[in-house]
Amino acid sequence: MTLDYQIDGPENEELTKPSQGGPLGADMERRDGRDKVTGSACYAAEYRPKGLLHGVLKRAPGTGAVRLSNAEDVGTIPGVRLVLQDERMIRNAAQGTAGEAPVQGVSKAEYVGQPVALVVAENFETAWHAANRLQISCEGASLPVLPENGEVDDDMQEEAITGEPATAFSDAEVFVDETYTTPALTSAPMEPHAAVAEWHGDRLTLHGSLQMLRYNRLELADSLGIEPEKVRLRAPFVGGGFGSKLGISADCVAAALAARELGQPVRVVQHRRQVFEVNTRRSETRQRIRLAAGRDGRLTGLGHEARVSNLPGEEFSEPVLQGSYFAYAAPNRLLRSDLVRLNRPAAGSVRAPGEAVGVTVFEVAMDELAGKCGIDPVKLRLRNLPEAEPGSDRPFSSHRLADCLTKGRDSFGWDDRPAEPRQRREGEWWIGTGMAAAVRVNMVMPAEARVRLTPEGRAVVETDMTDIGTGTYSILGQIAAEGLGLAVDDVDVCLGDTDLPAGSGSGGSFGAASTGTAVWLACEEIRREIAGRMGCDAQELTLSDGHAACGNDRRSLPEVLAGEPLSGRGKLEPGEALEKVRQATWGAVFSEVAVNDVTGEVRVRRLQGTFAVGRVLNQRTARSQAQGGMTWGLGLALTEGMAHDRRDGHIVNRDLAEYHVPVNADVPHLDVHLLEDLDPWAGPLAAKGIGELGICGSGSAILNAIHHACGVRIRDLPATPDRILSGLT
Amino acid sequence: MRPFDYHRPETSNDALNLADEEAAFIGGGTNLLDLMKLEVMTPDQLVDINRLGLDQIDEVSGGIRIGATVRNSDLADDARIRRNWSVLSRALLAGASPQLRNRATTAGNLLQRTRCPYFQDIDAPCNKRVPGSGCAAIGGELRNHAVLGTSDHCIALHPSDMAVAMRALDAEVIVRDAGGGTRTTALVEFYRLPGDTPHIETTLTPGELITGVHLPVPAGDRQVYRKVRDRASYAFALVSTAAVLRMENGKIVSASLAFGGLGTMPWRNEEIEALLTGEAPSNALFDKAGEVLMKEAELREGLEFKKPLAQRVLKAVLTEATQ
Ligand SMILES: Cc1cc2nc3c(=O)[nH]c(=O)nc-3n(C[C@H](O)[C@H](O)[C@H](O)COP(=O)(O)OP(=O)(O)OC[C@H]3O[C@@H](n4cnc5c(N)ncnc54)[C@H](O)[C@@H]3O)c2cc1C
Repeated sequence: MTLDYQIDGPENEELTKPSQGGPLGADMERRDGRDKVTGSACYAAEYRPKGLLHGVLKRAPGTGAVRLSNAEDVGTIPGVRLVLQDERMIRNAAQGTAGEAPVQGVSKAEYVGQPVALVVAENFETAWHAANRLQISCEGASLPVLPENGEVDDDMQEEAITGEPATAFSDAEVFVDETYTTPALTSAPMEPHAAVAEWHGDRLTLHGSLQMLRYNRLELADSLGIEPEKVRLRAPFVGGGFGSKLGISADCVAAALAARELGQPVRVVQHRRQVFEVNTRRSETRQRIRLAAGRDGRLTGLGHEARVSNLPGEEFSEPVLQGSYFAYAAPNRLLRSDLVRLNRPAAGSVRAPGEAVGVTVFEVAMDELAGKCGIDPVKLRLRNLPEAEPGSDRPFSSHRLADCLTKGRDSFGWDDRPAEPRQRREGEWWIGTGMAAAVRVNMVMPAEARVRLTPEGRAVVETDMTDIGTGTYSILGQIAAEGLGLAVDDVDVCLGDTDLPAGSGSGGSFGAASTGTAVWLACEEIRREIAGRMGCDAQELTLSDGHAACGNDRRSLPEVLAGEPLSGRGKLEPGEALEKVRQATWGAVFSEVAVNDVTGEVRVRRLQGTFAVGRVLNQRTARSQAQGGMTWGLGLALTEGMAHDRRDGHIVNRDLAEYHVPVNADVPHLDVHLLEDLDPWAGPLAAKGIGELGICGSGSAILNAIHHACGVRIRDLPATPDRILSGLT
Repeated sequence: MRPFDYHRPETSNDALNLADEEAAFIGGGTNLLDLMKLEVMTPDQLVDINRLGLDQIDEVSGGIRIGATVRNSDLADDARIRRNWSVLSRALLAGASPQLRNRATTAGNLLQRTRCPYFQDIDAPCNKRVPGSGCAAIGGELRNHAVLGTSDHCIALHPSDMAVAMRALDAEVIVRDAGGGTRTTALVEFYRLPGDTPHIETTLTPGELITGVHLPVPAGDRQVYRKVRDRASYAFALVSTAAVLRMENGKIVSASLAFGGLGTMPWRNEEIEALLTGEAPSNALFDKAGEVLMKEAELREGLEFKKPLAQRVLKAVLTEATQ
């Protein structure tokens, strides 16, 4: 039996609510932590079936028609088994939730770095060497790789105008009109993308490093031209994804094709450099922000215009404006974005697509406005919070931005700061503070899960949901323990297998809330069955300590089950809530930085985030998500950016030595405050997304603090020493 | 990775006998192995020099002798080095990460190859990797590239921090040749400018082994190393400066300065030192020193920042060292 539930409105009286003080919400360590640190958790590339062969993807060194000039010679290198060039190989990773093959083909390279062949050998070293020996020539006219040379794609425009923005801009008492740029960014998951493909007859089993198996299965089947039922995907452990593993990547299709042809299992692991080139990147952006306000700081008009890019054929456009639709009230609004087609590696979702760069830039502009109005930046934001979603007038399902701003301000000690920049100096260092609001849309995705109670009274949670390092094993166990009145240790959690009911997958911060709710519904289904057996209503039933109780009737679960297992299924659908209300998560970030007057180097001294993210399912994993997000914000502000070669667009700094993610020495103690926000529109668990919100304001809090410290406004990210230096006198 | 033979001799003589034209000595392997995996370097033979007993630091008359396989972390931690050659210790600790420093050796650090991304990309032309193929860096994306000592054939930067401090300390490289002879070469003679042969980086000939480095007693007791980088740790220098100074009666009586992040080799400019010697410290003097340093810099697009940054860092370092 399946309990179907759609979130169509607030609350649902028929569904049980979690209790206080139970396993849900507890500060619990990761259940898989031990396996991971001791190396016993088996990641995709570590799965080694008998007869495993090793494949290495070969990149196109240019663009145009592809020719392999010495494939036969390479095929004769001892140990080499196959040089594969198959039109079903994919050009780039599938976009998130595509559910179908991405652009395929290897006879033409559309960006430098596109995988155009696979070399398979008996061991990895031979395959790698042979792939290096393989000579590829590319012939074709030169293609646009710089945003200023790309053509605007008319089908990818977005525009929303409310009121008379042009008039608001020209009549403004105070006006900010600035243009900002953010560079292309990469996900840089620790585990490189990898696949081990194994055929049994016409059935494929693929161990992959993937985030969303229910869609990945369709993408892989479609790429190979077979029925989805013939494909089984396994991804019990995934070493980070951050969007780059939402869709299948080149390794999956190539491994499957080669394994089929050779009749032996084949493993393909992407080289670190391929992780940068082959998977989707975050597009660079150019953003113009206009803010019109009265002298009191009240916004009369706002404009946010963005330009992004993508490879021809890709439907994804970095949703830069997403947060600007609802963050601030202003009667006159202009939101517009467009996309140019460039032959750079494909762009797609990277952690917090849209808000990561859109909110970051907008919050810098708000700081500029606060300065021009002479108003405290926190007050400026509080003064401009909307009552309902501007433009649509939809109500907010919950709105906690003011809470986050004031609580954050008070615990940070914000009010001690001098209003003007360049006021505090310690030796060579300028000291300043900055803040920003953080918003991120909340999303819910379809999800299914099964919970089985064994006759002994243990529970097993089953779904194809993935744990990409976020703590899914832990929280799903906590949810089932809460729902069935068990200890967390009495719940087993099985994930990452398409033979199990289709969960939401991990992405867009929706995994925990969506699949978690499906697990909760499955437990509710079991409760109803048990209540029936006990002769009472589900609402009257209490499940605790492995016992069921109705009034004075208390029985142990094995007694109720009488030697038979019992299983329930839960199925969540997004429902009408999506249209009826604007649902989001809220935050405020405060930061203190030091800027070196000699060198322009920045040291972040404090970074504090206050976030309202629905019900907190596990204090520890929730805090980790917030801290990870804040660290990403720091990288976005200070160190990260991909350099595309201006001549052919290839990514120049495609390794972790040259693409600078923050290291420990860059990151101060991260102070996280979680405000519980039981949003009535978020289903029975009242859980929302948390994984991405931390990125959305942290970068601007740092950039604004830099300005407060030394008076230099950075509008082209990241704020590297040379850029700050050019503003220091 | 291309197949290769691996040897682990016990004596320097055996090591020299084993090393033919296509061989490479391996110290910590932190640079060589990365480049072998990328097939940027493709030696037929690897001769492991970690068992040759070259891992000692010995005080000798007139200075100190550092064995070729002394680890960067051991060298940085040595009490004598920290006391008398502190600029070296600081430079080492400003480089790479603790894990890398635990492996990296003195000789390997001197001979580490450039981080130019086009050099590391076997699909790109590079005169250093494939003589005569051209230079993809010129006209490309530049950041970790040189502005001093460049040529039309190569603008690759020497990335070492350690070698910058050694240059300021008048280090000499001790080399053994295949015949068993030993010679000592000052760093300035050891490194070569790219000119039209950027693939020849030093005066070491194939098969020759570095056995150690000799540091004379330092010419100054005021020692400073300052490095600017793109993140707080684990990044190469955008600009770095090593200073070894001596002051008497408020005047600079000896100055020795070397620079990283600027040159195709660890950079030193005697004109600056002559300018400073005999003078009382002043902002005007230090500004003049900065002018001299960057007089001949070729500031290609993307590298313009190196001029003001190097000048500001030099001024700050001189101020600190003369206070
Ligand atoms: C991610 C990363 C970051 C880094 N950051 C920095 C930094 O910030 N600053 C910095 O200075 N360095 C940095 N390094 C470089 C590091 O210092 C070097 O890799 C290291 O010093 C090389 O020493 P090794 O012993 O491992 O050399 P190996 O890799 O063993 O050898 C390097 C070269 O020297 C040759 N060789 C070695 N020993 C001898 C000998 N006795 N005689 C003749 N030839 C010899 C080898 O054949 C090879 O060509 C970084 C490296 C990495 C990977």
